[in-house]
Parts: sequence; structure tokens; C-alpha cells
Amino acid sequence: MAKSKRFELLTKREVNKDLFIQEWPEVGLVNMESPFDPKPNLVVKQGIVAEMDGKKRKDFDIIDFFILRHGLNLEQAEKSMRMDSLKIARKIIDIGISRKEVIHIFSGLTPAKILEVVKHLDTVEMMMALHKMRARKTPANQAHVTNRTENPLLLAADAAEAALRGFAEEETTVAVPRSAAMNALAVLVGSQSGRGGVLTQCAVEEALNLKLGMLGLTTYSETLSVYGTESTFKDGDDTPWSKAFLASAYASRGTKIRFSSGTGSEVLMGNSEGKSMLYLEIRCLMCIKGAGSQGVQNGSISCIALPLSLPGGGRTVLAENLIATLLDLEVASGNDAMSSHSDMRKSAKLMTQFLPGTDFITSGYSSMPREDNLFGGGNFDSEDYDDYLVLQRDFLVNGGIVPVEEGDVIRVREKAGKALQALFKEFGFPPITDEEIAAAVTAHTSQDMSERNRVEDLKASERILKENITGFDVARALGKLGYRDIAERILETQKQRVAGDHLQTSAVFDAGFQVRSAINDPNDYQGPGTGYRLTGEARRKLTNIPQAKDPRSIATRSLPDKPEMWIEEIGEAVIGTDRNEVVIGLGPAFGTHLMETIIGLPHTEVLKELLRGIEEEGVKARVVKIYETADCAFIGHKAAQLSGSCIALGIQSKGTTVIHQKDLSPLNNLELFSQASNLTIETYRAIGRNAARYVKGVPPFPVPTVLDNMARLKYIVKTTLMHMKETEQVDPSRSPRELRINFP
Amino acid sequence: MKQKKFDPQKDYPLASQRPDLVKTLSGLNFSEISLENVTSGKIPLQEIRISPKTLEYQAQIAEIHGRFQLADNFRRAAELARVPDEEVLNIYNAMRPHQATKADLIAIAEGIEKKYRAKINARFIREAVDIYEQRDLLKKERLMGETHG
Repeated sequence: MAKSKRFELLTKREVNKDLFIQEWPEVGLVNMESPFDPKPNLVVKQGIVAEMDGKKRKDFDIIDFFILRHGLNLEQAEKSMRMDSLKIARKIIDIGISRKEVIHIFSGLTPAKILEVVKHLDTVEMMMALHKMRARKTPANQAHVTNRTENPLLLAADAAEAALRGFAEEETTVAVPRSAAMNALAVLVGSQSGRGGVLTQCAVEEALNLKLGMLGLTTYSETLSVYGTESTFKDGDDTPWSKAFLASAYASRGTKIRFSSGTGSEVLMGNSEGKSMLYLEIRCLMCIKGAGSQGVQNGSISCIALPLSLPGGGRTVLAENLIATLLDLEVASGNDAMSSHSDMRKSAKLMTQFLPGTDFITSGYSSMPREDNLFGGGNFDSEDYDDYLVLQRDFLVNGGIVPVEEGDVIRVREKAGKALQALFKEFGFPPITDEEIAAAVTAHTSQDMSERNRVEDLKASERILKENITGFDVARALGKLGYRDIAERILETQKQRVAGDHLQTSAVFDAGFQVRSAINDPNDYQGPGTGYRLTGEARRKLTNIPQAKDPRSIATRSLPDKPEMWIEEIGEAVIGTDRNEVVIGLGPAFGTHLMETIIGLPHTEVLKELLRGIEEEGVKARVVKIYETADCAFIGHKAAQLSGSCIALGIQSKGTTVIHQKDLSPLNNLELFSQASNLTIETYRAIGRNAARYVKGVPPFPVPTVLDNMARLKYIVKTTLMHMKETEQVDPSRSPRELRINFP
Repeated sequence: MKQKKFDPQKDYPLASQRPDLVKTLSGLNFSEISLENVTSGKIPLQEIRISPKTLEYQAQIAEIHGRFQLADNFRRAAELARVPDEEVLNIYNAMRPHQATKADLIAIAEGIEKKYRAKINARFIREAVDIYEQRDLLKKERLMGETHG
């Protein structure tokens, strides 16, 4: 078979580094439409469930039992299960039906019924549904803060920057478990140096994780994983009951928790029971709800590439997030683990959570480069910050990250570094030098840091646990050392653990530690004019990216204080009689109010080249200023009316040029060079020569131009602004003027 | 002065709306937790943590917003607030698959019921035992003998 060059190129595209497979429902490699998924039903006999989703009581596994005991509202189930699935699906996106009513219906649906309902929604409907159903009105985001060398100083500096950038939660983890306490401490101090109110966690195995929460070195946890089949649950060394107990253990110490689940984990662990990935995820979510978790991080999370390898992956992952909200759970909606080689594919996937808004758009935006991300995350990382900010600005969407000034970032990184340095000294931990702080302040990756003594840092980390150093101890030490504001904030994190307001659904803190949750900031979306709208101060803050320029400053940049007087008007232009001339018509601002073309070619040089080209062909040139119009075609046409040869050149200030002839209609022409940004000094000379060749009646040379598809993108703003300047000089009553040119 | 009654509809967030109701497990008033008191050593730093009563308030708040399971969780937590860290961790570990025999778990349930009046947790553990037995998630008595031997 012949080989297509186009196919060859396509094979090499980033998206084709992703693996795509066809569905294989028998082993569970299917997103949400498996022929083996059960049909919904619920049979209750004398108050006892005899059958659920086609399974008899004697066949119930631990998940079925838990869902029936804790996840499902049996009283409501009688009503909800009788409702038509399509009707329920329509209620979800019906703006006339409140979120509360939908949640009430869902409290009585079995997993198979939920699947049947959600299958009726297409991707856009799911996005609309998520917009209405997420619990908290104001969206937020979560950051990952880690580094390969587990440098505590860099952790603190990055935590401070992430806090300043607006992340409501920061999650760190470990390369070696022994560094858990140190990493938790560094992120606690760092985050509160950047902004008060940031919740922090350190993802480690459950017992150690709980211990960190008990010490108050972390304020939330999302390590509580659940699975949709019994055998996978057991492989995870837990049961729904043990996880529910753990949830209560955290709450008993004032630590916020959310569970973790996601499509694909069961099939990955080899135990899907031949069910679709989404069906199993629904079982997880009902366990999570039953366990009394306020929320969940889901959206496939670390398995993301698995659902995405199959048809409908993006829609399924969105459905997961949606179902969490339908069960009234806070949702931190994935977008953390690497989902594709293709930026286009990653961004498109992101949009399904970003545009509707979720409680946390990502369950871990890599606040440092992905090479330092110990979660295997970094789907979006510190190098994507500006892209993300621009997307927020484009769609006027609050994605939970705010633009920052470089100076402020430097300031908070330094502040965090100094506080940690002082704290280390106080606790007798391995010293942090001023040189290290200087490096951490400007660092991008762990490669920018000098090596620390890992062994000594690990010993210090162990001392934290051994000596039970608590959040209070940290606050007290920093207070004594004069880091009062950081101390106050860390104390406040401990104080809030006493009040427990952040244990409620979808809770985050603002910079002043005012809690914002589904209780006091409930999502009240019910159509246009309701719900979260990016307005006022929030809108100003989010759209005000530092790279946005004042448009008033752009086009005038080239205007000197005293305009060079090289163009002199010597009277009204007259119709020429010389048949051997080209008239050059200049745009109204050319050389007087604007001094260079769009790509910065000085008007003097451009005009010189046009004249030189004309002269080279032995033709004379006359220069006039056109005031009646700023349009290139009309400038050329007006000049042609004055030309003894009938041939003229028209040029706008931005550099667009036309060769015109008297008898042609204004919008017709001999040659048009419309892409001013592609015209070089040499091109202008060639244009001059061609104009002269029309006068002589000899064939013109083809003028070489560059094809640049990015030109319009790059220059459209400047074009607009320059054209505005040009138009300002238009005077419809002023006839063309004859010019004398004195080149400086 | 008599304290105003707690109103789950209006009193959230407790930290700003009803700090007067919030006390630490050790009995300190919420307002006593200040940097001055912490740095001067005026207040003991032990057991400055959430109290069963505060968790009960949070349970009531969750409940009136229709979050019954979350309320159940807070009520289990309220009972656990007084249980020492190590003991909480031990109970959790015992509840993991094949970690404890039926007798172990029932003993744990009885223990916390007696010692901490943790009725809800005791019931929860017994319910787990019932299901674990059906699903073969308990540690076998026989195996236990072997490991001890």
C-alpha cells in the first residue's frame, strides 16, 4: 500500500502517543454502557431489602450492605425508584427544579438507577447539571506542593506562592514516609506565610495521616480511598465500615476530610466483576455518602488515562463529578494526574469542569514544575499558570487561581523562608542558611536549590512525631520569634479545628478565616441571573493579568516628543500632467502622528524605498497627503485621480500599500499588499518599482511576500489601535496636499 | 446571664456567630485561645481540640440541611472526641479486613461503650461485625491461636 505523508505526520502527533482501545465489556473495559450492568430495581419486604439492582439479598456483598444501611434513604427510595429515569434526568437540568429537590430524589436511587438516569445526559447537559448541582456557590482550586528532593525550605516557599495565587487547599506528600511530618510542617508554615486560611494536608498512609491531623500539622485529608467491588476494597485493606470509622476519627479531631475514588481503579486492580467503570464508581460514591463524608475527590484521578482510552471517557469522568454533586457531596474534580500528551485534549477535558465550576476545579494543580510533582501529577503545572489565567479571563470564569505580581511572589517566598529558618533554629533542626533562602526565593525547580543533608532533615522530621510537636507549638514559637502574623494565622487554623465549621460540606476559608461552605455559600443556580457570577472586585482581580497593557500606550509608543518635521505641506495637490509619474498618497497620520509601520519600520525609510524603487525604473514620483479617508484603497484611488499617468501608490501609516489606477473602481486595484506585517523594507522598494512599471506599460515583477498565518493574531490589536490614530486625522473637507519631503 | 439557645438554622458559622457556645475539650472558652495566652503559657496546650458538644452542634446544622449521614458521622466523632489518639487508631486498625476476630471487635465495642459512653460507635462496630461475619472479613479464631503459639 502507498504511504500517505499526511498519515505519517499524524502518527507522530502528541495525541497519538496516547493509547486508544476498543471496548471490552466482559472485563470491565467499558465506560458507562456495559451490557453486564444490572437493571435497576429495589424489592422491599417487611422493611427489609430483599433485592437491589437485580441482586438477591443472599448475594449482597459488603458494598451492597453498606449502601443499604447508610447510603440509601429507603423511605424516599419507594418514591424515587418508581420515577421514570428520563424524567429525573430532565429534572436535573430543568432550571425550574431546585437543587434541593433533585438531591432529595437522588437520596432514594440505587446505583443502577443513578446510572440509568445519567446515561440520558449528553456532555453539555452534564455541564449544565454540574453548574446547578455543585454544593458551594463560589468555585475554588487545590494545589499540589511537593519537590523531588523533599527540600522543606522549597516546600515552604512554593506553599507560600500557591497561597498567594489563591489556592484554597494545598496538598503535599512524601517520597519517603519518614519525611511526612516535616513536609506537613513546611507546607503549614509556608501556606500561612502566603495567605491566611489555606487548608493543608500531607497524603500518607492512613494511620500516619490521622496522626498528622491530630497534631494539627494538617487541617484536612483526602486519602480515604474506596472501591466499587468488594475484592478491590479488601485489596485496599479497608471496608466501608473501617473507612467510615476513620472519617469520624478525623472529624473528632476537627480535621476536614474528603474521600477519594474514581473510575478505572477496579479494572486496574483486576476486579471489575465485568461492570462498567461508571457503575462501580456510583457504588463508591454511595459508600462515601453513607460513610458521612462531606465530599470526594473523583474524576478518575490517577487512572484517568484508562477511561480516556475508551469511547466516551471525557463524558464518563464528567458524569462521576456530576453524580458526586447529585449525592450532595463536595467535589474536587480531578484534572490532576496526567491525562494526555496532547495539550488540546487536556484543555478540552479541563473545560468540562472549569466552565460549569466545581468545588475544586482540580484536585491538585501542580504549583511547581511537574518534574517535582511526587503525585505523578502535573497535568497542569506552574508553567501553565498564565494559560489558565487567560482562560479564566476569556470566559469570565472563576477557576480558583488569581493573577499575581512577581514582586509579591518574591516577598511571600522570602517571608516563608525566613519564618522556617527561625523555626528550625528554635526547634534545633538542621540550619537553613541565608544562601538557601536566597535560592528558594527565586527558584523554579528543586534543581535550583543546593543539596541539604537529607539524613538530618529526616531525623528532624521524626522528632516532630516523637516529641508531638503540634500546630500550637509552631504558632507559639513563631509568635515568640516575632513572626506574629504567621503565628496568628497558624493559631487560627488550630482554633478553627475547635469550632469545626470547616467540617461542613464544601468548606474553605477566605484570607480572614471566614468559612465559606455549602451552608453559608450554597449554590443557588436556577438559570440566568442566579448562581455564581464573576462580577465586581472578583472580576477585576481575576481579569487583571499583569501582562495586559494599556491600549492607549501601544500605538503612540513611536511618537517622539517633537515630531520630526520632514514632511512639509506646500499647498493643495493638483492633477498632474506628467505621464511619467507615480503619485504616492500617504495616509492622514503617516509621518506626522504615526512614525512607523505596524512592525516598526520607520516611515522615513519606507517612503525612501518606495521612491527609490520608482526612480530605479526611471519614473518620477510626487508625494501627496490624503486627508479625506483612512482606507487604503481610497487613499490609493484618490492619489490615482491626481496622477498624470493614472497610476498611484496608496499607503496607510501601518504600512498597508496598494497600487491603484485612476479608472478602476476604488475597491478594485492593480496590486494590494494587505498584510502590512509581512512587508519588509525590500518589499517596499519592489512595490515602488512595480508601480513605475505600470506607468511604463511593462509587466510588473511578482513582489515576494511571506505567508504568515500568525500575523493577524499577532497584530490585530495593534492594527486596530493604529487605525484609530489614522482615523483621528481624517478630515473629509480637506483636499489632498502636495508635500515636500526632507529626509532627516 | 443565661446563654442564648443554639439555633442550627442561624448559628453557622459557630466561630463567628456563636463563639460563646464553643469550648475546647479541656474546657477553655473559644476566645481564650489567643496568641498572647499561647505564647505566655497562660493556657495549657493539651486537649485544645473540638468538644463533643461542638460536634453535636455541627451535626444539627448538617441535619437541618438534609445531610443525615454527615450528621451521623459528626455524632460518631462526638463520642470519639474523648477517646485517646492511640485507642482511636487501634480501633480503626481492628476494623480493617481480617484484622480482628468477632470476639475482639465485640470486646472493643463493649469497651468504648463502657469507658466513653460511645454508644453509637459501639452499635456501628457491632453492625460491622454482623456484616463481616457474612462476608468472611473477620480474623479466624483458629488462626489467632496459631499466631500466638
